[in-house]
Amino acid sequence: MLLNQPVFAMTGGQVTLDRRPVLRGVDLTVCPGEVVAVLGANGSGKSTLVRALLGLMPLSGGSTLLYGTPPARFRDWQRVGYVPQRLQVGGGVPATVREVVASGRIARQRRFRFTDAADRAAVERALEAVGLSDRAGDRAQELSGGQQQRVLIARALAGDPDTYVMDEPTAGVDAESQRLLADTLAALVEGGKTIVLVAHELGPLEPLITRGVVVRDGVIAHDGRPPAPEGDCARPGHEHLHPHSGRPEESGPLESWQVKP
Amino acid sequence: MIELLQLPFFQQALIAALLVGLCAPAVGTFIVQRRLALLGDGIGHVALTGVALGFLTGTAPVLTAIIVSVAGAVAIELVRARGRTTGDVALALLFYGGIAGGVLLMAIAPGGSNAKLNSYLFGSIATVAAEDLWVIAGLAVAVIGVVAVFGRELFVLCQDEEVAKASGLPVRLLSMIIAITAALTVVIAMRVVGLLLVSALMVIPVATSQQFTNGFRATMGLAMLFGVIAAVGGLLSSTLSPKVPPGAAIVLLALAGFVLALGVGRFVRRRRAS
Repeated sequence: MLLNQPVFAMTGGQVTLDRRPVLRGVDLTVCPGEVVAVLGANGSGKSTLVRALLGLMPLSGGSTLLYGTPPARFRDWQRVGYVPQRLQVGGGVPATVREVVASGRIARQRRFRFTDAADRAAVERALEAVGLSDRAGDRAQELSGGQQQRVLIARALAGDPDTYVMDEPTAGVDAESQRLLADTLAALVEGGKTIVLVAHELGPLEPLITRGVVVRDGVIAHDGRPPAPEGDCARPGHEHLHPHSGRPEESGPLESWQVKP
Repeated sequence: MIELLQLPFFQQALIAALLVGLCAPAVGTFIVQRRLALLGDGIGHVALTGVALGFLTGTAPVLTAIIVSVAGAVAIELVRARGRTTGDVALALLFYGGIAGGVLLMAIAPGGSNAKLNSYLFGSIATVAAEDLWVIAGLAVAVIGVVAVFGRELFVLCQDEEVAKASGLPVRLLSMIIAITAALTVVIAMRVVGLLLVSALMVIPVATSQQFTNGFRATMGLAMLFGVIAAVGGLLSSTLSPKVPPGAAIVLLALAGFVLALGVGRFVRRRRAS
């Protein structure tokens, strides 16, 4: 296996939903250790993009590779941890926080293998990392939105993957959970993990991000370093007021290579 | 009562009720979690055609019911996986076809009668024969085996299909396994509560149990307990009068348990909250 093989490599990726093009030719390569924020307005296709990277959305054109393999033939799923937008409450059958988090071991713990000490330790570590050890026996469905988001992240942590894909981990999350999330992510970054996260607003995550990808109308409108926090913004706990996308003066210089519809 | 317990037909009925009480809620927990609470009903409708086909061809109705209901479950799953609004109508068509086909085939089958039809629609646990019991026991072992072996994966699948996919689980295979297991459960339960009431035993004990539990495993375990209590209790209560049909008694007992649990559960939660 190549040491510096890209985690994700999409070329000309297209996704069509109900005959409506959502992604219209995306080239995106993510290398190990990168912390990529996929930014964009609602409906820009950013969530579709990260799900297509994992093969959760079928491509109608182009191709994508996951550690060098098309998602359909990929087998090494324990290397990837997917954090969906929200906890599915399903038909209302309750599940405890610990049960949901423990299900993150599934890629490592398949049929005919009993839960062992390593599995239990991983689940406890994950619960502790998101500060929910004391809620482990509670119904996951009854937690607040921010706490549910932490449960979902703990589920991915429990699987100890190399790469995390998070769909809007900060959406609708209270300030405390946002800070906890930033700390958790900082520890992952320090451990050399690759992170691709979809966000509307970066908030306290901003200093961790090494690369910003802005999606607009199904194409990548900007790809590069995110604007560095400066002045008041560098202060911890600052009010985040400036949006990163959609400002004409920001997208202005990029017009020349921006793909037109 | 004691004399009754010594009668072979009653012993067989009791074992059948016990197995149904265990299996139906176990599968039901996954089905409810997956928002497929009516899947059992659908398969039950389709299975009627299978039963009638057995009478028509002179084969054991249980066997033809297995074949047709598994085929029906696979069809339902394929429609669901394609899933969009048209799926709803497609499923409804399948269910109507199942009942109408069953009634028609039963009418033209040699030895087919309304009484026979009724015994499958509403159950007739007293007529469970020894060879039926072997089939029921075999299916029950298969159903519990599936839950034991695939339970962890099915939990992830029923929670969030995309997460299951991103964990490398064989989503299509697991969906088929759930549908087929549900079909086998329908066949197990059809002699006990009848095809029209089959899914009551898959859904009601789960709904009852989640009034008290926080976890998925706990819900399933308690639902199986409630299922057994309802099935055995309903059967016993039907011995009080020859007029009481066991299938209906089982379902009504389960429902009464649910209503009781609703009240008790609310009371317990309020106490816990304050």
